Formats: sequence, structure tokens, C-alpha cells
Amino acid sequence: MSANTANVSLDDAINRTGDGFVGRLLGRHVFWVTVAAILACLIMSVATDTFATERNLFNVTRNFAFVGIVALGMTAVIITGGIDLSVGSVMGVCGILIGVVMSAGYSFTVGAAAALAGAAAVGLINGWLIAYAGMPPFVVTLGMLSIARSLAMVFSNNKMIYDFGPGTDLLLTLGGGTTFGIANPVVILVVLALAFGLVLRWTRWGTWIYAIGGNEQAANLTGVPVRALKLSVYVLCSLTAGIAAILMVGWLGAVTTGLGQTDELRVIAASVIGGANLMGGAGTALGAVVGAALIEVIRNSLLLLGVDAFWQGTFVGGFIILAVAFERFRRR
Amino acid sequence: MSVLELQGVSKSFGAIRALSEVSLAVRPGEVIGLMGDNGAGKSTLVKIIGGNFAPSAGSIRIADRTVQFARPVEAREAGIEVVYQDLALCDNLTAAANVFLGREPTRGVGPFRVLDYGAMYRRAAELFAELKSETRPRDLVRSMSGGQRQAVAIARARLSDSRLVLMDEPTAAISVRQVAEVLDLIRQLRDRGVAVILVSHRMPDVFGVADRVVVLRRGRLVADRPAGDSSPEEVTGLITGAIEAV
Repeated sequence: MSANTANVSLDDAINRTGDGFVGRLLGRHVFWVTVAAILACLIMSVATDTFATERNLFNVTRNFAFVGIVALGMTAVIITGGIDLSVGSVMGVCGILIGVVMSAGYSFTVGAAAALAGAAAVGLINGWLIAYAGMPPFVVTLGMLSIARSLAMVFSNNKMIYDFGPGTDLLLTLGGGTTFGIANPVVILVVLALAFGLVLRWTRWGTWIYAIGGNEQAANLTGVPVRALKLSVYVLCSLTAGIAAILMVGWLGAVTTGLGQTDELRVIAASVIGGANLMGGAGTALGAVVGAALIEVIRNSLLLLGVDAFWQGTFVGGFIILAVAFERFRRR
Repeated sequence: MSVLELQGVSKSFGAIRALSEVSLAVRPGEVIGLMGDNGAGKSTLVKIIGGNFAPSAGSIRIADRTVQFARPVEAREAGIEVVYQDLALCDNLTAAANVFLGREPTRGVGPFRVLDYGAMYRRAAELFAELKSETRPRDLVRSMSGGQRQAVAIARARLSDSRLVLMDEPTAAISVRQVAEVLDLIRQLRDRGVAVILVSHRMPDVFGVADRVVVLRRGRLVADRPAGDSSPEEVTGLITGAIEAV
């Protein structure tokens, strides 16, 4: 056998996989969720003349942008096999932080820095207790859900804040304005999603968090810094909640201590519908975005079709179960 | 020169003496079958060599230097790779990602570094070809047979150019055809000068591939003989205590 044929067979081995490009695409959870979302949009465009209007699409995309941004951070946490129940409350406390600081006369930059610092602090505490003290993520972040919400009330004396001082314009533009006709939160979601997608696929950090979710013991034995990585995903997740909170405050033009309440459930739902596995080891940035979009499209569709709003929870909940059941059966 | 030399290694857990004064020397390219009943001290010995815990007494020498491991990573850096019974692989990653886990090659400028997937796939394919395994670098470990998983774990050892590979019951839970595959992998390692310590219950596997058979009984080393001079019957006697020692 010549050296040439040996090379060919090696290249062959490098490039070969069990199934081709189409096979791999069909094997991806996120592909099917995307198909479902596109189908839902197509059906709604035909069934109603209100869905495919510029105004409605603008609203739909902006509405899911906030959940989508946090779902990116949540997906990173879920990939490691963890969970963060505190994101809704983190949104609350961060919204209040930027509100309190800006209404005291500080600039937008200082206010945003305060909100993000608060988010990072919460993430550090969550991450330290989980990664270094070895406590279960569910318990730690459940406690933090209560603590952060309570701190939001403490910081604001439970009052609504609508006067943001000299930085008001910048804040309102960032959250409520548009760039090339697209709502700013959507632009930020797209930028963050691209960044998350690239980092998950192309960096050691990304590979390592999948490794932790797949087999934490194995990751540890091969010298992967498991604790530091776990800490980092909780900080990152909190930061995405902080970013979403700043944008939401800018969009609403006011902030109360109720900001983000129960949003943790929508965020987790978006991640899970998008293919994040609560057992760890699976999940994508695209999935988080599509999951968030699908929930919002369903919600919006029911509204446009004139279905009683009380039914929304049933449909969204049904979709969560359906998405996971689908994944189960496909794996068989 | 030995790749590994244990001198009077003992290990106690509280009042329980798991290992008593075990001495053993391993030469390059030598395959040693380590045998013993449950609780004889095999796992304890593997964990001491692998750096999971330190011996209570005695010394470990690698290439004529005394070493002390605080963590498994240090044993790995000294050229000892442990292939664990449960293989310590990530099912959700590809074969190549598992081979390179914790030491992925990157390319880029300054702090902006991305994984060099091309180099990873190429090197992993070379390692699998060298091991004569049909494992494919891009396949997920989840979809692999027991033999292919062993190949991934062993390719990891080859990647770090380990001088000694410890295999803990590699043939315990796989089919007959795959056992032959794993024994071939061990021969491939031996032919490249890598020493292998094969911990196993299975007599045919040990006698099929080992140069020397070492028997532990109740924490003591009761036999260390060339496989050719011994027999499954003798080793069985040594394991159970029917034969005191040789």
C-alpha cells in the first residue's frame, strides 16, 4: 500500500461520521424546534391578516428578546447540569438598582454599572455556594430568588421609580428605541446569541461546560477546572438577567419591584424547548433564542385568534412537555 | 530502568490495612496482569499509582525519581494514565473531544483563541489508526461500542505519550468480540514501549496478553511471576489462598 492511499484512508476517517450532513441536521433538536416555530408563523400568516404585519412582528420580536437574552445565560447553566431559579428576582433587583442610582442624579453608565455589578455579585454568591461549597443549585438559587426580590424592595422602599434623571433619554432609547427598524433589545439579543454560539462551539470554555454536563467526574479527572467553570456560568447567567433588566426598564420607562417576577419560569421553558437538557450536557444558543421565540409566537397567536388569555399558560406548558417528550421518543 | 517502582507501599484506612508493603517494578513495554479477589487491594493500588491518594508508607519511583502525587493530574503529568472501569468519558462529546479533553489545541492571536478542530480530528484519526481501531473522531461517544470506548480512553493515553497505562477491569462489561479488540489495543501499546498494568478478574485475558502475573491477597503481594511459568490453576490457588505464596 502506498503512502498516498494511506493518507486517503486517514482523511476518510477524519471526515467520516455515522451519518451525513442531512442526517446530522435531522438529528438536531434545535432544527425541529425551528421548523415548528417557522410553521407556526406561516400558519398564522395565512390564518390571520394581523400576524404578519410590521407592527405585530416588531412587538413579537421585542417581547421575546428579554426572555431570549436571559435564556442564553440559563442555557449555559443548564448545559453544566445546573439550574438558576433566581434570574427573575435578579432582573427585579437590577432594575431597581439602575432606577435608584439614576434617579439619584447619576448618569446612565453609572446606573448600568451598578445594575451589572449587582448581577455579578448575585452570580458570584450563587456560583460559589454551588461550585465550592457543593450545595445543590436548586436550593441555592431558590433561596436567592427570595433574597434578591426582597432586596429590590429594600433598595427602593417598594416604590415605583419613573424619574431617571439626566440619563433618561439614553435609557429609554436603549430599551424602547430601534436600530434600522429593529427594536434595540432584539439587536442586542442577536449580538449576544452570536457571541454565545461562537464561544460554546469554538472555545475551551465552551467544550468544557459541555464536558461537565456530560460527565463531571471525567472532566475533573482530565484536569478541567470544574469549579471555576461552574462559578463562571452562574455569573454569566446573572449578568444576562442584569442586561435584560436594564433593557426592560428602558422599554417600560418605569420600574417596580415586581419586574421580572416569574420570568425565571419562562426563561427555563425557553431553554428547555430549545433543546437544553436539564440533566446537563446539551443545549445551544440558537435553541435558547428559538425556544423564546416559539413561546412568544404561541402566546401572540392565541391572542390574535381570540382565544381567552386564561388559556395561554396551558398552551405554553403543553409545549414544554411536548418538546421534551419529542426529544425522548426521537432518541429511542 | 523501571517506568515505575513501588517499594514497601502500604495503605491504611483507619484501622483497616488495605495494602501491606507491596513492592513491584514495571519495565517499559511490559504487560502486567494484576489479579486478586474483591477486597484484595487491587483498586487501592491502582488509586495510589494513579494519584488519587497517597500511600501511608513506602515510596513510588518513576524513572528513578521518587514522586508524590497530590492529585490525579500530577500522575498524568508524570506519564501515568489511568483508564477507569467506567472509562471517564463524556457521552455527549465526540471521540476527538474526549481524547483531547483538558488539553485541546487552539489557534489564534493573543487572548483570542479558538479550538483547532482540524488538528484535533487529524491527530485523533492518527491515534485510532495507530491502535488499529475503527473509531471515528467525529462520532459521539454515546453511540459507540464498549471496544471503541476503550480505544478512545487509550488514545488519550497515547496522546500524552504516557509511559504506563493502568487499566481497571477493561473487559468486565463487554462482549467477547470486543474483548479481543481491547486485548489488541493492549498489544499495540506494548509494541510501542508503553507499560500496561491490567487489572482483571478474567483469567483468559490476563494469560492472553500479560508477560507477568502479580497476585494480591488481603493487601499483600503473594506472587510476581512470568505468565509463562504460571498457570490459571496456580493463580486461582494464589487468589483464594489455597496456595500460600510463590
